[in-house]
Amino acid sequence: MTGPHPASPADRPAWDLRACYRRGELSPSEVVDAVLRRIEAVEPQVRAYLYLDADAARREAAQWDRAAGAEDAPPLAGVPVALKDNLCTRGVPTTAGSRILEGFRPPYDATVVTRLRRAGAIVLGKTNCDEFAMGSSTENSAFGPTRNPWDPDRVPGGSSGGSAAAVAAGEATLALGSDTGGSIREPGAFCGVVGLKPTYGRVSRYGLIAFASSLDQIGPLAQDVRDAALLLREIAGRDPADATSAEVEVPDYPTLLTGRVAGLRLGVVREFLEGGLDPGVADAVGEAIRALERSGARRVDVSLPHAPYALPAYYIVAPAEASSNLARYAGVLYGHRTAQATDLIGMYARTRNEGFGAEVKRRIMLGTYALSAGYYDAFYLRAQRVRELIRREFVQALEDVDVLVGPVSPTPAFPLGERVEDPLEMYLADVFTVPLNLAGLPGVSVPCGFAGDLPIGLQIAGRAFGEATVLNTAYALERALAAPARRPRVVAAAERRSSPA
Amino acid sequence: MSEDRPKAPSMIDAAIVARVARLSRLELTPDERRLFQVQLGSILESFQQLAALELGDVPPAAPGGPAAGVMRDDLPVACLSREDALANAPETADGYVVVPPVIEDDGSRAP
Repeated sequence: MTGPHPASPADRPAWDLRACYRRGELSPSEVVDAVLRRIEAVEPQVRAYLYLDADAARREAAQWDRAAGAEDAPPLAGVPVALKDNLCTRGVPTTAGSRILEGFRPPYDATVVTRLRRAGAIVLGKTNCDEFAMGSSTENSAFGPTRNPWDPDRVPGGSSGGSAAAVAAGEATLALGSDTGGSIREPGAFCGVVGLKPTYGRVSRYGLIAFASSLDQIGPLAQDVRDAALLLREIAGRDPADATSAEVEVPDYPTLLTGRVAGLRLGVVREFLEGGLDPGVADAVGEAIRALERSGARRVDVSLPHAPYALPAYYIVAPAEASSNLARYAGVLYGHRTAQATDLIGMYARTRNEGFGAEVKRRIMLGTYALSAGYYDAFYLRAQRVRELIRREFVQALEDVDVLVGPVSPTPAFPLGERVEDPLEMYLADVFTVPLNLAGLPGVSVPCGFAGDLPIGLQIAGRAFGEATVLNTAYALERALAAPARRPRVVAAAERRSSPA
Repeated sequence: MSEDRPKAPSMIDAAIVARVARLSRLELTPDERRLFQVQLGSILESFQQLAALELGDVPPAAPGGPAAGVMRDDLPVACLSREDALANAPETADGYVVVPPVIEDDGSRAP
């Protein structure tokens, strides 16, 4: 971070907290207390959390008070983190934003949770999300929407909206989200924080409540690029419990951030800058590209003619997988069961209709249709072939350039309620993010300016397992752009209330 | 199966919605059925653009990455206890999950 040190420990990035712990200037208890005070101040408006355990967080912090400053302390010792509520936490309620999982307490931790605890992180609680991560605004949560800390009348993005809003508002130092079609990057952009979707297979999905298994990835949401790199390093790597997790060495991402991009070939995707782009988004993205050029990157215009077909292909493949993955919610092993069941099939059907929200039902229907006899070839198989076409196109483009850049979403955060009645309109928010999920490639959303009072994100995509290059490009941009003097409106208002002039 | 052209949205009629709901194990209300008929119709209509794409000999995307198919030794390891595995079930008895009758008792068998 290039700006002045923020007043509250709640606004300090994890790398800075670590330095403060080492110097004895702060303790984990002080940080957790500051974060809990912030939560108390802003949560009535933001509603980022579905579950918060303040006492447990304080206890864990106290355990780190002496050790967190040690030279050999684990990398996230005493750092408060929030977890998207589709990550299983042993004995701690996990709903994935769905009524059908109300009351569910997983019997095990997701691998990422185990790794975070081993790295010394303090788990604050579980964050709100669209039901089963299906949505782009967090309005599909069965437990009510989260609001954008920059403008509480607008959505925080989704589906990891609670995690993004929590980091933006200083309600957590770091957070984990999941990204199936943009669910880390889009809320990252809408909330003005860094959000990274890793390469498919970079991070274990064990304990992530499955939405679309060939697309889902867990990734970090953070205040800045250094923190995202730090968090990625801690969660990445092969896990025997997830057969799709890759046996690929995990680089020391934070130390690879040099900020040097001289000679970097910056592929500017023409199809991502055409038609329907909000002028504020176009301006901010254009300025970000020029800033990277001024830092020495070489602009190369790239065309990905099939990229626009990613959206329909995604909205066939993802629901198809969801329709299968969500078959397990039937009132038998966990979660809601209807009170009115006379026979087994009737129990399944009634339980599911009572427990699922509208968007989840819509996607189960869409996916079941696309997989059903007579439609499989025309829809599912064709979408999987388009997916392969897109994957090849992206991989080929990345042979000639080092990264691909463009906007994260066509607009800034939109008003609450604006798109909930129109599924297709909502899906359009994902038009630039879904191609990377289909292709399995990594992408980061990094703040690159504002449209009015709303943050805008630049998407930087890279080669498979090329997170280091993606993050370093984002880091170069972060350094090239002036540190934002602005603070989320909700946070500024809370601080005015707590320290009257 | 033949390579069908995607069906026109008019093909999303009430019967298809009912069939897909049955396959999905979703007991939809009449309002939901009407809503999804309209919405699925317009979603699938907008996806027609995929039908026009020339795909040549491009195969479907292959699942799996560098680790797919990794083998391990077939050794017993610790797993969930029965108690933990059943702790979230809505209804259990004697270490089993209880569900409504699968086969209806038509009275033909004496108790």
